[in-house]
Amino acid sequence: MSDAAYTTDELMIVNAARQLGSLAASGHPVCFVGIGLPSTAANLARHLYRPSPVLVYESGCIGSKPTRLPLSIGDGELAETADAVVSVPEIFAYWLQAGRVDVGFLGGAQLDKYANINSTVIGEYEHPLTRLPGAGGAPEIAASAGTVMVIMRQSKRAFVERCDFRSSVGYGDGPGDRERFGLRGGGPKWVITDLGVLEPDPTSCELCMVALHPGVTPEQAISATGWPLRFADALHTTDMPTTLELETLRELQAA
Amino acid sequence: MTTICSLREAVAELIHDGDSIAMEGFTHLIPHAAGHEIIRQGRRNLHLVRMTPDVIYDQLIGAGCASRLTFSWGGNPGVGSLYRLRDAVENAWPHALEIEEHSHAGMATRYAAGAANLPFGILRGYVGTGLPEHTSGIKQISCPFTGESITAVPALRPDVAVVHAQRADREGTVQMWGLTGVQKEAVLSAQRSIVTVEEIVDELTPMANSVVLPSWVLTAVCHVPQGAHPSFAMGYSTRDNAFYKAWDPIAKDREVFTAWIDRHVRGTADHEEFCQSIGLGVHAGV
Repeated sequence: MSDAAYTTDELMIVNAARQLGSLAASGHPVCFVGIGLPSTAANLARHLYRPSPVLVYESGCIGSKPTRLPLSIGDGELAETADAVVSVPEIFAYWLQAGRVDVGFLGGAQLDKYANINSTVIGEYEHPLTRLPGAGGAPEIAASAGTVMVIMRQSKRAFVERCDFRSSVGYGDGPGDRERFGLRGGGPKWVITDLGVLEPDPTSCELCMVALHPGVTPEQAISATGWPLRFADALHTTDMPTTLELETLRELQAA
Repeated sequence: MTTICSLREAVAELIHDGDSIAMEGFTHLIPHAAGHEIIRQGRRNLHLVRMTPDVIYDQLIGAGCASRLTFSWGGNPGVGSLYRLRDAVENAWPHALEIEEHSHAGMATRYAAGAANLPFGILRGYVGTGLPEHTSGIKQISCPFTGESITAVPALRPDVAVVHAQRADREGTVQMWGLTGVQKEAVLSAQRSIVTVEEIVDELTPMANSVVLPSWVLTAVCHVPQGAHPSFAMGYSTRDNAFYKAWDPIAKDREVFTAWIDRHVRGTADHEEFCQSIGLGVHAGV
């Protein structure tokens, strides 16, 4: 147990790293990592857990072991520390599409109650209020990875009833859509936020709050969510970040 | 057979107004110096193609060189928005930019189909997303053997591909290593190609994981040390992350952006002067 103060972002990153660590321990180590929060959490997991997650980056790096956090998915250190560096067509075709990735780890600008992600536009596509970077690697990561984990800060602007644009598919419009679309991966199983953890209801596929971080109230989560948020019967509280978790994260970020 | 010439000559000869042009490099080996030369020579109405139109295309779009963009992710990696791209899409400044949007896997498949001289490529992708509604070149076809539904995307066939590499020999055979992205496919899918290199050597020594493009598939090779900056060339330079962060406030404001382009790009004769202008040292080679 730590007495040290921590930020809500640190809480979110530590919890995502724990989830990756437990997936690696259960034999699902290969993680396709997006840049930003996913990369930070995945690298933290790689430093904290044995067996470690195997980090795959869309720039073509397989098994990267950077000692500091990369700014981009193509920083030199990702290639220099990789087990293999392959071309971009190969990383998507032979590794992701072929089913060799256990966990796709994504962020986004908007997420809806069926865990669809928008990273394309806010507003109408033809006349956007905000033009976002676009889908990038996410559509096929969300489709083909064995499972998907999402990390995003929870707010009414970001957690919406329906995404303005569907860049990548979670559960579409509800049960059965992934099968109808022929998507081979299992879809999003965990959404880790700065307030807690959401998981899809096994029947309705709707994201429900299954855990809150220490000190977070259900009312806070409700007011940070754009759909009528439901809570799991066995709502639990996540463990406090440990000194080791916080120190390792801060060392990585300072390197 | 390739010609070894100056970047100014290569751009003047091979890139014309209205061409479709693929400048590739996945964070590594991005041909920034060639982008600057295109701005200096004032090309217009280019159809820009690139998986990750980062700072290089922000500059070309803001400088008014482009009327169309085919892409899959347009941002400043790890930093945020491309404000010139956004201003063009949101406000048509300096003029309207038509966009054709794909996913990374789709773009990679399109280049590979172009390189293989096929009309289209296939992948498992796009299904259920909003992209097929807005991008005409995404279709479902049936596998002739199993009947499975699969996504088809048209081959990319740019007029010109432009890439940066570590080195070439005196015949113009090019060698690159590290993250080689989709550059081989881009070059082989294009009608013409320009490769800028850090160094020209008597003999290419073998390197692990290297991609070699024989001189006879290239059109022009140009010696441009630091030609990828602020991107990098493994073995020669590191990614200038500070520049990518510094670009954010420059690109945010139309006037600051234009002043930067006027001073450092339009106001310099070539890449060597550009490097002096922004205070960047030029390495002596490995």
